[in-house]
Amino acid sequence: MKLVGSQILIESLKKEGVEVIFGYPGGAVLNIYDEIYKADFKHVLVRHEQGAVHAADGYARSSGKVGVCLVTSGPGATNTVTGLATAYMDSVPLVVFTGQVPTLLIGNDAFQEADIVGITRSCTKHNYLVKDVKDLARIIKEAFYIASSGRPGPVLVDLPKNVILDSTEYEYPEKVEVRGYHPTYKGHSYQIKRALELIYKSKRPVAYVGGGVILSDASRELYEFITTLSIPITMTLMGLGAFPIKHPLSLGMLGMHGTFRANMAISECDLVIAIGSRFDDRVTGKVDEFAPHAKIIHIDIDPTSISKNIKVDIPIVGDCKRVLQGLLKEVREHEEEADKVRGHIKPWLEQIEKWKKKHALAYELEDDVIKPQYVVEKIGELTKGEAIIATEVGQNQMWAAQFYEFNKPRTFLTSGGLGTMGYGLPAAIGAQVANPDKMVIDIAGDGSIQMNIQELATAVQYQLPVKIVILNNAYLGMVRQWQELFFDRRYSFTCMENIAPDFVKLAEAYGAAGFRIEKVKDLVPTLKKALDYNGPAMVDVIVEKFEGVYPMVPAGASLKQMLLV
Amino acid sequence: MKHTLSVLVENEFGVLSRVASLFSARGFNIESLCVAETLDPSLSLMTIVTWGDEMVMEQITKQLNKLINVIKVTDLSPRKFVDRELVLIKMKTTKTNRAEILRISDIFRGKVVDVCHKSLTIEVTGDEGKLAAMIELLKPLGIKEVARTGKIAMLRGVQ
Repeated sequence: MKLVGSQILIESLKKEGVEVIFGYPGGAVLNIYDEIYKADFKHVLVRHEQGAVHAADGYARSSGKVGVCLVTSGPGATNTVTGLATAYMDSVPLVVFTGQVPTLLIGNDAFQEADIVGITRSCTKHNYLVKDVKDLARIIKEAFYIASSGRPGPVLVDLPKNVILDSTEYEYPEKVEVRGYHPTYKGHSYQIKRALELIYKSKRPVAYVGGGVILSDASRELYEFITTLSIPITMTLMGLGAFPIKHPLSLGMLGMHGTFRANMAISECDLVIAIGSRFDDRVTGKVDEFAPHAKIIHIDIDPTSISKNIKVDIPIVGDCKRVLQGLLKEVREHEEEADKVRGHIKPWLEQIEKWKKKHALAYELEDDVIKPQYVVEKIGELTKGEAIIATEVGQNQMWAAQFYEFNKPRTFLTSGGLGTMGYGLPAAIGAQVANPDKMVIDIAGDGSIQMNIQELATAVQYQLPVKIVILNNAYLGMVRQWQELFFDRRYSFTCMENIAPDFVKLAEAYGAAGFRIEKVKDLVPTLKKALDYNGPAMVDVIVEKFEGVYPMVPAGASLKQMLLV
Repeated sequence: MKHTLSVLVENEFGVLSRVASLFSARGFNIESLCVAETLDPSLSLMTIVTWGDEMVMEQITKQLNKLINVIKVTDLSPRKFVDRELVLIKMKTTKTNRAEILRISDIFRGKVVDVCHKSLTIEVTGDEGKLAAMIELLKPLGIKEVARTGKIAMLRGVQ
């Protein structure tokens, strides 16, 4: 069957099971948009290409499927860069199609030309410039395969206009073979045995779990592994939801804004079992003093993550799910060892309980001013912890991580690696597209919500009932907190007081519902009204201006040097 | 410590740039980099000379392997290998120094590939030590220009 490039693209997307494209049209992709129109393919029109990538990212994180974007050449393509870098850092599977000027014009500084393959080389897992329509179907197949396999990540496919117009015989390849790409899934059985020997001997083990567990859908295996051996577990920002936070073995999040007990436990333990986590600097604090008494087992699908920041004693390269299954199989065959472990871990668990009692996550309630943590807690109660929570970046993100009780994987969408302000709203939109029946809430700050506020129009257009709760402290709060602690309160360009828009009017201008909460007593009733509202709604909650996120480990300090105010 | 890596890659546009930008993005060093097609025209072989401690070298090897277009990475340095580089040296010549230049060139098995009244160009191949020694001897006689290919290398056969 002879098809033109744009038809091949749409047919291939159908073959890949793609349900929706997030995109924005333009000159170089007009023919593809014409094909979308004719095929009646589901497409969500965003208001800025960065929003398209974040929306596809939220769609992917919340559903486990590959997110797909389509944008035009030049500025359309360059606008995707932040979204790609965000997804790359957090290993989110995306395929982004960009228009490109005709191959004959490439390099001529043509209208709306950008070397997007060159620009995105270091923020994509892989990228392609399709030079011949004959390669198109194969490249699309490879792009989806590479994006979703191994350690997932975004893949960009650049489509010159003539490639879209040219025709060729179309057959979607059944198989995919990429010569230089063979991810390892199964953990080495000898390494698994060695790891268990260490686990059986350990008296003070801690499991340190990251987003890899969520990406490989390994929560069930993780739960069984942790509870069978009764090993205390701490999660990274990206790992939240991998294990129920309320479980007695959960220590909560670790790192810069982690709990006292998690940071103490990692500092005092004799064995770290790192699963799908990468020893990020926000987690380790001062590297030399991270888990100084511990041996380290590291399970990760990406060999480059192993021994990158911290020297690892037992590396296990493989998919978290498969490796955990391997570990569990061995554990089940040696129940007497598991019994012993549970026995000699007891004093360690008691010590952790003491730390928990000494400094639990807390804040002081006040009558006349709303505390941001309180808002997050109330959102948790009203949604029974079952909403999908997206965040922006900064204090709003950390309070959401600390005070919303995440119990299920794929319910927390946040830009962990890149820390992209403006991520939350479009990500919430994407998550709502993937999960039409779930409550999706963006917990935002008054600063970061303004970075992609235009996507409110997208939510309204498609009547996606996302809720935005702005913790409005009239400051770029996290930067202000650093200025307070480390720059003698010189609040250089962080105060937004009296210069922010009226968020209620703004919501209404877009056609969404707007609410404002200024008094403690109004919080729950108005929040409830907003969450019950049948459509997109934005809630402007005026909170305490100078509240800080604590505990806090200053950048470069050891995890034990927590500020606990 | 210096390491010589032999990197088999797909012979496609952009691959050299991927490798080079990996080194710059991650702060790894490149002392020299050579690349050309292999017998199989779909593949190219890169020889990269770099340096770093054990942890850095482990990262360089793994990061290279992670690139989709990289097929195989071999660190030659722990094993026995031969490496060679070709150098062109253009000498400023006068009546008095020409004989001396040719003598030195002969000692190092250099070949004169271009000559005129004012200059003489020598082609010479060898390993790092030999080339450094030759250039050192030629320096006082007046080097005008030097062009080097960078190193290529290969494991020695099993003995």
